[in-house]
Amino acid sequence: MEETVCIVTFPTTAGAMAMEKCCRAEARPGRLIPVPRSVTAGCGMCWMAPKDSREALEELVVRRKIQIDGIYDMAAPR
Amino acid sequence: MIYLDNSATTRPKPPAVGRAILAALEGFGNSGRGAHDEALTAARTIYDAREKLAALFGCNRPERVCFAQNSTEALNAAIAGLFAPGDHVISTDREHNSVLRPLYRLRAQGGEVDFVPADRHGQIDYADFEKLLRPNTKGVVCTHASNLTGDVTDIVRVGNFCRTHGLTFVLDASQTAGLLPIDMAAQGMDVVCFTGHKSLYGPQGTGGLCVGEGVELRPFKVGGTGVQSFSEIQPMEYPTRMEAGTLNGHGIAGLSAALDWLNETGVDSIRAHDCALARRFYESVKDLLGVTVYGDFSSEVRAPIVTLNLGERDSAMVSDELERRFYIATRPGAHCAPRLHRALGTEEQGAVRFSFGYFNTEAETDEAVAAVKTLAEEL
Repeated sequence: MEETVCIVTFPTTAGAMAMEKCCRAEARPGRLIPVPRSVTAGCGMCWMAPKDSREALEELVVRRKIQIDGIYDMAAPR
Repeated sequence: MIYLDNSATTRPKPPAVGRAILAALEGFGNSGRGAHDEALTAARTIYDAREKLAALFGCNRPERVCFAQNSTEALNAAIAGLFAPGDHVISTDREHNSVLRPLYRLRAQGGEVDFVPADRHGQIDYADFEKLLRPNTKGVVCTHASNLTGDVTDIVRVGNFCRTHGLTFVLDASQTAGLLPIDMAAQGMDVVCFTGHKSLYGPQGTGGLCVGEGVELRPFKVGGTGVQSFSEIQPMEYPTRMEAGTLNGHGIAGLSAALDWLNETGVDSIRAHDCALARRFYESVKDLLGVTVYGDFSSEVRAPIVTLNLGERDSAMVSDELERRFYIATRPGAHCAPRLHRALGTEEQGAVRFSFGYFNTEAETDEAVAAVKTLAEEL
């Protein structure tokens, strides 16, 4: 079965940095990767985390006031 | 060499600053360009610096700390980004050309600008802000401390004036960032422009602007951002809105190390040290025959600057003699502050500025006093 992941995209690099810092501080799984073109045809980086972390990430983004573009569930990019 | 030109740039820098720059030169990729470890190392360091600066200036959000090359670029971005033809802006005679020239350009483009006048002692009357108010007044741009006299502006008073009348308050903190307390939220500033290489003790080529909540600036530069590449316009989210092109990541790494040093040493301790030396110098030279000191020394809240002239001597020649004969580095001339020199009556003579930093000592200060005494006796 194809693995699915949660992807969080950001309008700025600073937003991605804030995300990584907050996730590290709260021991949340995930890492920054280049944004897959299936998500957006731009460049930049996104946060990739296990699919089951979506709810926790949505809560964290609101609580820590992190600027994001969107949160997506998708097949793990290859 | 006794270096007393710290208001031009602090020297030396804390050793950790050079180490951080070297490590960055060897290790950094380009922040926001790719997600490999080298790019992320740069991006993390830059973001850390934003957090430290936001905390230092009472800026609500680290992403509202936007980097620039220096105060001048930040002030250009703030003034061009906030005001338009038809707008009226109030400033003061105490400003540096980094404020004056962007305002003169605004005026040439159809804006209106008035300056709170300085008297022959370099002092301003805060009641004049009210007198200059017009229906189309949009903002106030002023310095926190004069780079010529070290006199400090009462920013709480100016902030209250701006809040009362719904004006945008842009502060030039070139001489005070890292030296005097700055709290944007508490003191009512909308934009704080700073440089990294003066009292923040970072490298040249670093600086920026902190943008308050609700303040909308038009982008000053547009270009590559590493994000939203297919958009034809500059991304409007801060800090990217104000940052086009590769940042000075190596310099910002040095600035970040300088901010650590600043926080460990303490802004209050640095100010107490620097101002004690400036006061020691001032008290020793102010009554010498032939010496004229400029500025208001009745207040203890000052930038650590003592500016003087010796008789009618050309300030450039005095500064040159201080260097050649006494090995003391000072700054003569106009200091990019033409309106204040006119007010002080020193347009022709200029003035010699002695400015003190954390790495100066009492012994160096006393040597400078002795040099001024010698030159005064020779008048």
